[in-house]
Amino acid sequence: MPESNPNKYSRVSSRVDRIPSSGIRRFFDLIASSDDIISLGVGEPDFITPWNIREAAIYSIERGHTHYTSNSGTVDLRREISKYVNERAGISYDPVTEILVTVGVSEGLDLALRTTTEIGDEILVPQPAFVAYEPIVHMAGGKFVGIDTSMENKFVPAIADLESKVTDRTRAILINNPNNPTGAVISKKVLFELAEFILANDLIVITDEIYDRLIYGDKDAFVHFASIPGMRERTVTLNGFSKSFAMTGWRVGYAVGPEEIIAGMTKLHQYTMMSAPTVAQHAAKEALVNGDSSVNEMLEAYSMRRRLLLNGLNKIGLECIEPEGAFYAFPSIKITGLSSESFAEQLLLEEKVAVVPGNVFGPSGEGFIRCCYAASVADIKEALVRIGRFVGKHKSDPR
Amino acid sequence: MEEILRILEKNCRTDPSEISELTGLKEKEVRDLISKAEEDKLILSYKAQIDWGKLGDGPVLAIIEVKIAPQRDVGFDAIAMRIARFPEVKSMHLVSGDYDLAAQVEGKNMYDISNFVTNTLSTIDAVQGTSTRFVLKRYKEEGTLIGGDDMAEGRLPVSF
Repeated sequence: MPESNPNKYSRVSSRVDRIPSSGIRRFFDLIASSDDIISLGVGEPDFITPWNIREAAIYSIERGHTHYTSNSGTVDLRREISKYVNERAGISYDPVTEILVTVGVSEGLDLALRTTTEIGDEILVPQPAFVAYEPIVHMAGGKFVGIDTSMENKFVPAIADLESKVTDRTRAILINNPNNPTGAVISKKVLFELAEFILANDLIVITDEIYDRLIYGDKDAFVHFASIPGMRERTVTLNGFSKSFAMTGWRVGYAVGPEEIIAGMTKLHQYTMMSAPTVAQHAAKEALVNGDSSVNEMLEAYSMRRRLLLNGLNKIGLECIEPEGAFYAFPSIKITGLSSESFAEQLLLEEKVAVVPGNVFGPSGEGFIRCCYAASVADIKEALVRIGRFVGKHKSDPR
Repeated sequence: MEEILRILEKNCRTDPSEISELTGLKEKEVRDLISKAEEDKLILSYKAQIDWGKLGDGPVLAIIEVKIAPQRDVGFDAIAMRIARFPEVKSMHLVSGDYDLAAQVEGKNMYDISNFVTNTLSTIDAVQGTSTRFVLKRYKEEGTLIGGDDMAEGRLPVSF
């Protein structure tokens, strides 16, 4: 058998075959087949895209904007992104050479990793982390090196843990701040320590900041990683419109970073995606120019629901760090003695409430569940009643 | 306080215990703030918004432009309040432009409204002229779409 095709009897390449398929398929099939469930299992806003943004898209269709755009995205949108990033993060990026409009952060992530990773390079990823990180690192030919974090550390990576995993093949670190699933926001102090660690080991940084507008309490608690001295030239920042502007279905995001990396990413993007959807780009521009009040309105609603959910979880006795960003709470379910998966599955069967088992986000997510509060107040209240009943019952289980 | 008002503005039936859970304020504090807002007339009223058209013909609505002569010392206010007090007038504003008051008047039928305009409104001394526009269809009132709600359908029950 030729070495180039070790798997010639399968129609799926070994590279794809190696990507672990979700081990909890059964659970998700179960959800799909259940009616009348209350779901705290979503990863997107419950708001519909604000009308002015939808209307801008309709107008762009009426005007016949139905062609490809430049590979990098429309110049107008890139200029607005440049302005927006500069206003919010205080970093300036050239709209022509340092900004790429992507099909959501998911594509940006794939491009950034494929652009920077040599076969066998190791990518450090603090966990719990977004489910796509590991497969995308694999597809880029890299080796995924998960760094466990803990509730005691508020799910923020410890520098010593990172240092212990560095080898001569360590190429990059992938961070998600604010974090999905934990809602953790990395403090400025820790980010500065991270920056020192990154410089000392000459690493590339890929930072997924898709939840950057969803910060509760002190707005200054969140710092854009590229704004830390010395980091701009080695950091690719991925962001988008999905979470802040309730635009998940539009599939539009952006990457900003040093010219060399953005040029590499643009090359891949050009041959795989051509350009992000044109109508979505027009909508995204409207979001940046006139979307601020909508963002703040949604943020106020999330903030109230967050309080409701956190207090409720506390009363039930599920310990939970206070999530400072995103729209997730990540409570520990250890008092039930159940695994994340059993908890989620039994909760669905017994109480018709869907949550996401924490272990899908990495081994350090075991013993936790992700609850999303981008849900109506009525649904959150009812879900809490049911979770309370469920926990009460299982806590007393003699096991 | 503003947070409480925004919650009530969206749904005035939200009870103080829920407002307390949403804002993090103590329930007693919420009750006190609401009472104070009611006393200060910061909260003007609580009422249901009803789509009467669903029960049949529903009331007839007209937008009436009114030109009035201002009076010494009180300007438009005295005459405006005199008109606004009629129960037929559902809302009224002093506006810039060709006329002075824009009044929304409701009646059981067209005759009701024409009767109000000719026999009541036009006969007030300071009223110099009126122009009546009947409402043909209602699309949105008080920020609420009538019969055209967005439906948040199609959101997957689980996503990452």
